[in-house]
Amino acid sequence: MKKITIKAKINGEQRTLEVQPMETLLEVLRETLGLKSPKCGCDRGDCGTCTVLYDGRAVRSCLILAPEADGREIETLEGICRDGLTPLQKKMHELNAFQCGFCAPGMIVSATELLRRNKKPSEGDIKEAIGGNLCRCTGYEPIIDAVKAVSGKGRR
Amino acid sequence: MPILDGFEYHRPGTFEEALELLEKFKGRAAILNGGTDLVVELKDGRKKPDVVVDIKAIAGLDGITIEKGRALIGAGVTFGAIIQSKELEKRLPLVVEAARTVGSSGLRNRATMVGNICSAVPCLDSGPVLLVLDADVIVRSRRGEHKIPVGRWFLGPRKTALKPGELVTAVSIPFEKKIRGSCFMKLGRYAGEDLAQASVAIAAMRGAKYRIAFGAVGPVPLRAKKIEAFLAGKKISDKVLSGASGRVDREISPITDIRASKEYRLHMCRIMLERGLKKAVGLL
Repeated sequence: MKKITIKAKINGEQRTLEVQPMETLLEVLRETLGLKSPKCGCDRGDCGTCTVLYDGRAVRSCLILAPEADGREIETLEGICRDGLTPLQKKMHELNAFQCGFCAPGMIVSATELLRRNKKPSEGDIKEAIGGNLCRCTGYEPIIDAVKAVSGKGRR
Repeated sequence: MPILDGFEYHRPGTFEEALELLEKFKGRAAILNGGTDLVVELKDGRKKPDVVVDIKAIAGLDGITIEKGRALIGAGVTFGAIIQSKELEKRLPLVVEAARTVGSSGLRNRATMVGNICSAVPCLDSGPVLLVLDADVIVRSRRGEHKIPVGRWFLGPRKTALKPGELVTAVSIPFEKKIRGSCFMKLGRYAGEDLAQASVAIAAMRGAKYRIAFGAVGPVPLRAKKIEAFLAGKKISDKVLSGASGRVDREISPITDIRASKEYRLHMCRIMLERGLKKAVGLL
């Protein structure tokens, strides 16, 4: 199958990549670029663990074909915490928000998108933002508590 | 699961190029919009196109246009954009109400209303709403543009009136002053992202007339014409409500599947109809 050349800004860095039409963005991020924070869970858009920011918006990277990403800006959790753990991550750590951690990258990416556009989200806003991120360990409460605790404060 | 069958990827920048590709490859082309359905179908092997035509680079498809008497929601408009539209909130609150119930925010950032009606799965959220709003689907091909009323759009599960070589450019939704209230009710297994087990859209019109449509309880979303006829001219009361809900069995034909049983769907449709009618006329 003929490869396609795409240019995309990934975690702040302009990259030129050779991709196949049938590859998903998730596969390229994980396999070609070695960015392992987005996970492959359900692989059909239900679980949210492959969530990345795509032009600033939380999306399912398992549902995007790699060639679609041409000209786009993509940020994974690696990019979000490039300068060290964010206040949200620190708070999640403190509150034991995760056990197995498989949902954590997607959860943090979705919550980060919310906090970037809404400095003081309500509990409803938080639940809505992470509603598509499934967690089977901690029952969401400490995750929601962590987002609440850092809302309205400084850097995301 | 990776996609196993190869295809060519095209991203035309104009309608002309896109329509040329669709004309050339006819049934062997798949149209890619938000991708939240198509990419799953490519993985499942349900669709094995030779060519995928990504329409997101075509200028002018991602706008919500307010014209005299109607709103045009372009093919590239995501549910997220619909939710944020102040104009739609003001003029077509039912559309925004339904858009809020679609999937999760991560899906709504990609999934489009036009894609939703083109995928045409029986549980689609846009179907009942567009049916009660008497919307039209705007279709373009190399031979020109035509519109198809939503009532004639859905032909079966995943089957629409769209022919090979054609592209949906927008849905057109009229503003009708005679609509006095509306509501969309969706039943899911839990609050948060889920596909509808059953849904109902209701528009309460001037002169005690009502438009009612159900989703996920038949092969296609459908207008409940018998219930509408029964209700015409009647003010909503407990007696009228039980008369309406008693007719639900004659309108819909739900199946038992992984999300709900036939009996549960029927039962809940009666309840949602009564509650929805009350809400649409302002009694809730």
